[in-house]
Amino acid sequence: MKKYLFLPVFLFALVANAQIDSTLLKRVPVDTSYTRAMNMDAVYNRPFLQIGNLPASIGGYVEADYQYMGQDGITEGHSFRIPRFTLFVASSIHRKIKFLSEIELEEGGKQISIEFAALDLTFHPLLNLRGGVVMNPIGAFNQNHDGPKWEFVDRPIAMTEMLPATWSNVGFGLYGKYYSKAWAFGYEAYLTNGFDNSIISNNQNKTFLPAAKENALRFEESSNGQPLFTGKIAVRNNKVGEIGLSYMGGIYNRFEEDGLVLDAKRRLDVLAVDFNTTISATKTYLVGEWAWVLVDVPETYSQQYGERQKGGFVDIVQPILRGKLAGFDKAVFSLACRLEYVDWNVGSFEETGGNISDDLWAVVPAISFRPVSQTVIRLNYRYMQQQDILGNPPAKIGGVQFGLSSYF
Amino acid sequence: MKKLILILLGCLAFACENIIPEPPAVDEILDGPIDGLNSSEQARFLAGDFAFNDEVFSSGTGLGPTFVATSCGSCHAGDGKGHPFTTLTRFGQTAPNTPPNLLIGGPQLQNRAIPGYTPEILPEGTPFMKLTPPAVTGLGLLSALTDEQILTNADPYDLDGDGISGVPNYVNPPAYFVPKWFHQDANGRYMGRFGKKAATIDLLQQTVSAYNQDMGITSTFEPVDPFSGLEVDQEVSDQTVRDVVFYLRTLKAPIQRSQNDQQIIQGKTLFSQIQCGDCHTPEWTTPTSDIVALSNKTFFPYTDLLLHDMGPGLDDGVTEGSAETFEWRTPPLWGLGLSPNSQGGSYFLMHDGRASSIEEAILLHGGEANSSRTKFESLSAEDRTALIRFLESL
Repeated sequence: MKKYLFLPVFLFALVANAQIDSTLLKRVPVDTSYTRAMNMDAVYNRPFLQIGNLPASIGGYVEADYQYMGQDGITEGHSFRIPRFTLFVASSIHRKIKFLSEIELEEGGKQISIEFAALDLTFHPLLNLRGGVVMNPIGAFNQNHDGPKWEFVDRPIAMTEMLPATWSNVGFGLYGKYYSKAWAFGYEAYLTNGFDNSIISNNQNKTFLPAAKENALRFEESSNGQPLFTGKIAVRNNKVGEIGLSYMGGIYNRFEEDGLVLDAKRRLDVLAVDFNTTISATKTYLVGEWAWVLVDVPETYSQQYGERQKGGFVDIVQPILRGKLAGFDKAVFSLACRLEYVDWNVGSFEETGGNISDDLWAVVPAISFRPVSQTVIRLNYRYMQQQDILGNPPAKIGGVQFGLSSYF
Repeated sequence: MKKLILILLGCLAFACENIIPEPPAVDEILDGPIDGLNSSEQARFLAGDFAFNDEVFSSGTGLGPTFVATSCGSCHAGDGKGHPFTTLTRFGQTAPNTPPNLLIGGPQLQNRAIPGYTPEILPEGTPFMKLTPPAVTGLGLLSALTDEQILTNADPYDLDGDGISGVPNYVNPPAYFVPKWFHQDANGRYMGRFGKKAATIDLLQQTVSAYNQDMGITSTFEPVDPFSGLEVDQEVSDQTVRDVVFYLRTLKAPIQRSQNDQQIIQGKTLFSQIQCGDCHTPEWTTPTSDIVALSNKTFFPYTDLLLHDMGPGLDDGVTEGSAETFEWRTPPLWGLGLSPNSQGGSYFLMHDGRASSIEEAILLHGGEANSSRTKFESLSAEDRTALIRFLESL
């Protein structure tokens, strides 16, 4: 039976391929409203391609990399990865109604997830309704995480493992922007499904917010019936840069089931500050983010799971050559450096009063080459030290990473 | 521009030589297998290494509901001595050869609980002892010794008049215990050699008991959940338990550092002169073992694996097996100088971590060690330093 089904499908695919005319593919004009884009615009501020008169435009990005890393003199050797391949589909249903989805295939398809699938309705620039699978606007990186935008192969640890990225949930919310001369002000506020017990009960042996991503049911129902609030305000000055302040919080644990009380209600609160700016004299681009995580961990549970975490990163990107390079008219060659820090467990031991360590820091010098703005080739050297909870001599990790990332 | 790119490529080429951070010196770390394992043994070592150091239990994988630690590695960071954070509390047996009082929650306190549960609380007024997790390196060599070898040093009635007795701890074996050719049956009891009171006969018992009592993980060997007291499904496989036992058996012994340093040589001589070595027996040789790499190996653990009266200062009023409450097994001294590398930069010595330096630990010795301690106190500052440096080099 399969053979009979396969034949017509195969023939149809051949015909369909033959019908694709590249002249029908057209770039969607850049939305001029994003010339003064803020971080919150990141989901729409991407290149899209439209096929003929189809009402939808598509896009995406792909990342592939090579790495040679080792820890304390031991290396796993050479490794090639395709960490993510992401597809976007956008559609303007009406000039004030649009839809965008982002589907990501991670680690060669091992994980397939809907990162964003939301409908936006604009009533006023200051009042937009968004509903669906939204990316919680905590910090900046969660919303602005596309690989081609960054000069580094790896994502910042604090913004992907301390804060979960990409962290998206089903929910609704409002957002808006207001412009005045060189200033822009934006806000976002959402209620979504949230976290669960796994953030303090996981195989990472530490408070680990991304553990909640493993629960695919969060797209169907809340783990505890309590909405997670995420809100952000941001201010941008065209000459100075943008600063954002965001908060995410709510009850994370399943405290009740079938009317029976299982545990006390326990809160999770996250505060983040992000900024980005370009020093006009040198064209040096700076972007950074810092976050604090507060989790109500039962006193009688293990201190292995911290009540407080903090961490962040700073990227410094210095273009050193712009212009015609290797046949590309507007190529940019840059030097960059990332500094990272995460403290997974802020506090001191009840038994000794000594500091709880469980932290890491990393320095990542980098070279990047952008033949066009949407494509980046990057070469990084990562050096990292991480200490266990007791503060024993750190594990030293280092190595080279090389990667390509491009929108398509 | 071309020059800049060339410089960058040159820097990169130079960096390639040193891409991976340098490994620590082999004698500065405790983990790693003994020499001479074949490839299948190496694979089994790795499986045990993973289970011991990387496998973390959570409520979803059987942790607790009451427990002390979430993984083996939580207590034995880098296979070394543990930190007060994961100190065990034992209670319930206050005299030798009496069964632990399980009705009050003994033999071990599970002082932590998963969310929604209440941890165990020590009954008011109950004597207890705190036990800092020991290092786990070199255990295979100690486990390969015969009972007969260990009993050679026993002198329960101090017949040689040196003030040092040395007695074995005879304990009731668990149901799953299968005696090896080198174990001696003592009216149904067997000699323990592991644990601060030498109450554990072999590494299978040590492993199964730690899974059960420390993490609340049941196995076919120990199917009773310490929280409910009921038999439940196994939460760790027999294979994993066996792999961990193999890992513990094949961890290398700590390597002494700076052996040719004159001050350390002088310290070693003093160690012998003030009779520390009468209990901390320096040298042993294994007989033939089922693991070739453990066979006929001479090694230097500085223990006699026997119990000694350590005086009233170290009497916690609690015991295990046939040990008196004031008796403690001579702890191996190998790896002593590396303790801060697994204890968060500090020393937590003696059975409960009360000593914050080697010198303080020596001065806490009483009972049969009174004589050696007095001799240590009378050493010159220079000699004391030499002795401490020797101990640090182990």
